[in-house]
Amino acid sequence: MTASVATHVNGAPVYYDHAGDHHPPNSTMLGFWLYLMSDCLIFAVLFAVYAVLGRSYAAGPSGADLFDLPLVAANTALLLFSSITYGFAMIAMQNKRKSQVLAWLAITGVFGLGFLGIELYEFHHLIHEGAGPGRSAFLSSFFTLVGTHGLHVTFGCIWLVTLMFQVQKLGLTPANRRRLMCLSMFWHFLDVVWIGVFTFVYLMGVL
Amino acid sequence: MSNAVVAQHQAAEQLHPVLGRLGWEALPLHEPILIATFIAVALGGLTVFALITKFRLWGYLWRDWVTSIDHKKIGIMYMILGIVMLLRGFADALMMRAHQAMSFGENVGFLPPHHYDQVFTAHGVIMIFFVAMPFVTGFMNYVVPLQIGARDVAFPFLNNFSFWMTAGGAVLVMISLFVGEFAKTGWLAYPPLSGILASPDVGVDYYLWSLQIAGVGTTLSGINLIATIIKMRAPGMTMMKMPVFTWTSLCTNVLIVATFPVLAATLALLTADRYLGTNFFTNDLGGNAMLYVNLIWIWGHPEVYILVLPIFGIFSEVVSTFSRKKLFGYASMVYATVVITILSYLVWLHHFFTMGSGASVNSFFGITTMIISIPTGAKIFNWLFTMYRGRIKFEVPMLWTVGFMITFTVGGMTGVLLAVPAADFVLHNSLFLIAHFHNVIIGGVVFGAFAGINYWFPKAFGFRLDAFWGKVSFWCWFIGFWVAFTPLYIMGLMGVTRRVSHFDDMSLQPYFVVAAIGGGIVALGIAAFLIQIAVSIWRRKELRDTTGDIWGGRTLEWSTSSPPPDYNFAFTPIAHEMDAWHDMKQRGVERPKKGFVAIHMPKNTGAGFVIAMLATAMGFALIWHMYILAALGLAATVIASIVHTFNYDRDFHIPADAVTRTEDERTRALAAAATSAA
Repeated sequence: MTASVATHVNGAPVYYDHAGDHHPPNSTMLGFWLYLMSDCLIFAVLFAVYAVLGRSYAAGPSGADLFDLPLVAANTALLLFSSITYGFAMIAMQNKRKSQVLAWLAITGVFGLGFLGIELYEFHHLIHEGAGPGRSAFLSSFFTLVGTHGLHVTFGCIWLVTLMFQVQKLGLTPANRRRLMCLSMFWHFLDVVWIGVFTFVYLMGVL
Repeated sequence: MSNAVVAQHQAAEQLHPVLGRLGWEALPLHEPILIATFIAVALGGLTVFALITKFRLWGYLWRDWVTSIDHKKIGIMYMILGIVMLLRGFADALMMRAHQAMSFGENVGFLPPHHYDQVFTAHGVIMIFFVAMPFVTGFMNYVVPLQIGARDVAFPFLNNFSFWMTAGGAVLVMISLFVGEFAKTGWLAYPPLSGILASPDVGVDYYLWSLQIAGVGTTLSGINLIATIIKMRAPGMTMMKMPVFTWTSLCTNVLIVATFPVLAATLALLTADRYLGTNFFTNDLGGNAMLYVNLIWIWGHPEVYILVLPIFGIFSEVVSTFSRKKLFGYASMVYATVVITILSYLVWLHHFFTMGSGASVNSFFGITTMIISIPTGAKIFNWLFTMYRGRIKFEVPMLWTVGFMITFTVGGMTGVLLAVPAADFVLHNSLFLIAHFHNVIIGGVVFGAFAGINYWFPKAFGFRLDAFWGKVSFWCWFIGFWVAFTPLYIMGLMGVTRRVSHFDDMSLQPYFVVAAIGGGIVALGIAAFLIQIAVSIWRRKELRDTTGDIWGGRTLEWSTSSPPPDYNFAFTPIAHEMDAWHDMKQRGVERPKKGFVAIHMPKNTGAGFVIAMLATAMGFALIWHMYILAALGLAATVIASIVHTFNYDRDFHIPADAVTRTEDERTRALAAAATSAA
């Protein structure tokens, strides 16, 4: 509701906004937040499934046997740094510096791809060792939780490249700034989810 | 054989590089019923196609409907989808009733067991996802923006996309009738029955992909309507001045956003079990089928409230309009709705009391389930007290409402019986359960949908529905329902279980014959409804409403013309009281007749339709393991979405003189109506 619309004139109620001043505020941020929360529930289900099945090794390897913590720590660092660099891109956007925005976005994208590369290497390595998603319920839930996060990062990277084209082409228009804000929320959201993955899957998995 | 071995086995199976598992044997050439159905559908489809071509309507359909982002048109399309699918789902119901009435002793009926299993699965899936959901979403889409004084929803393009995703899911279910088969697992597809070992065919895959695609549409539509209600209410309309239908819609959409992702994740895990050889719900390698049952009901129980809450909203609007009174206990109605929204999350386990949770857990969920009947009961009393000393007009919507209050209350009480875990151990999986949930879904959702259709049809089309055929339809449904389901209650108490296609105990046959007769009476009710629409279109001049406020309504949708202009409101209304339009009429507020300004509106786009159809095609390819086509479909869907984001030209202005012309026309129509009334 816009504050500029008078509901009373000289104490008498008015029933129509004759001036046409009523413009509903932009709902994109709220809508995107709602989307993120719905996505969060998908991860909540996957975490719950992992909590139930995460120790069902079916006489196969456990997390302690499989996880290479230094590698995952490096991967975590990549993703956390990518969040910081995205933050720098947003600061540059506030300062209306288009080329800086593009540069920070590019760095963010490189970090994101690096993260995906390491994750793919890890998956490939596990499958090669006979610890693929079909080996046990534990590995099914592991691959699905981590892989769903990875798929999100993949789509985030596609989105990021698309946005770079659009910013390059049209500049930091209101529409593009809104889109950058949305991707920012998405990117940080994936970071938060990853912290959950790192803690509950990897750290607690090697205990 | 372990699941991983099955996956390898499947990979080794000779898949056609392009067509995957699809071949001539997928066509049901040996099933006379299906061939006859296919011929009928094909002839009907060709006739429609020919008529559209003859009257050159393709361009009109594309410009004004398929690509429309107008919430009113999208709402109407949802309703049409629901009605079409109702015919399909009800045909399944009639087949089951006829088959069970025959299939005794020597007689094996006319449906082989594998076909019967598909029929009851398809019936449940279609009725919930493609009849009830489109009805509810259609009402919310059409009515909510009008009730809150908005010109559209928050994300009009997304709205169009959501509809076509829902329609895409429905298309996949319909294709399964003629290409391959549908699931034989029951409507929730419990593993391990729905796993790859027990169900190696494409039926479950049709189930999974159609629901996954439709579910995306539902989730996005939920997000859209929450944002609309939170952000776009008219000035002055605080939360506690919102119409009750809008309140119930808000709660329903919160439930949608909070549960459909659970469904999506659960179905995705089952999909992974079937396609990738994972072991979430398998019997070996650590899988846990109970996990699926829990997850699916964490979505499934709130789902029934997703369906029924907006319906409660419809009854609230209808009761107060036709009793010519403010709704009794508005605040308690709102609180009851919110309490139901929260409690709906705490009862899911009552769907499987018998599946080993133990006495303490069962007690908790039994008690929460019984508690839910308290706010629901409060609502029933609110409606009764609204009618009390009201000047009631028994128009068709009001008949449905009274029929609902009687029928639904009985259904609610049998629900409380089932909520007692000890009783549930006897009644679980019996026809008593079947009778119970049909009692609340037909007596609640279906009756409410018909009340809503009769109530808002004149708003959407400018003429009301014929009352005679409306009453015929109501009485057929009402009587037919009780004739069909009372025998099921009785047999359920005697211990007859659900989903059985053949009986040896001849003493049960009379009950099934009575139930089949009830099904026939309901069929007459559906026929009467279709006749009602046809007769009303035929007599539309006599039934015309020029006032826009045919029932003497109380909420803002009745302040517009019928049908409302594209922009809904030339000037945004300002709300001061709960029933804003009633308040304006009481105070004699004049409708503004001049000084119109240009109105900012979103532009139509075909992107939603294109992306949704590409996603549907991808779903079809995945069902048949056509991996090349599926990859192409995924790539095409992503690329089409990206291309759409390069379209920045998404809105336009309706010029002031066009608004003036439309509004002047309404001024003249209102004046003419006033003269002829005098």
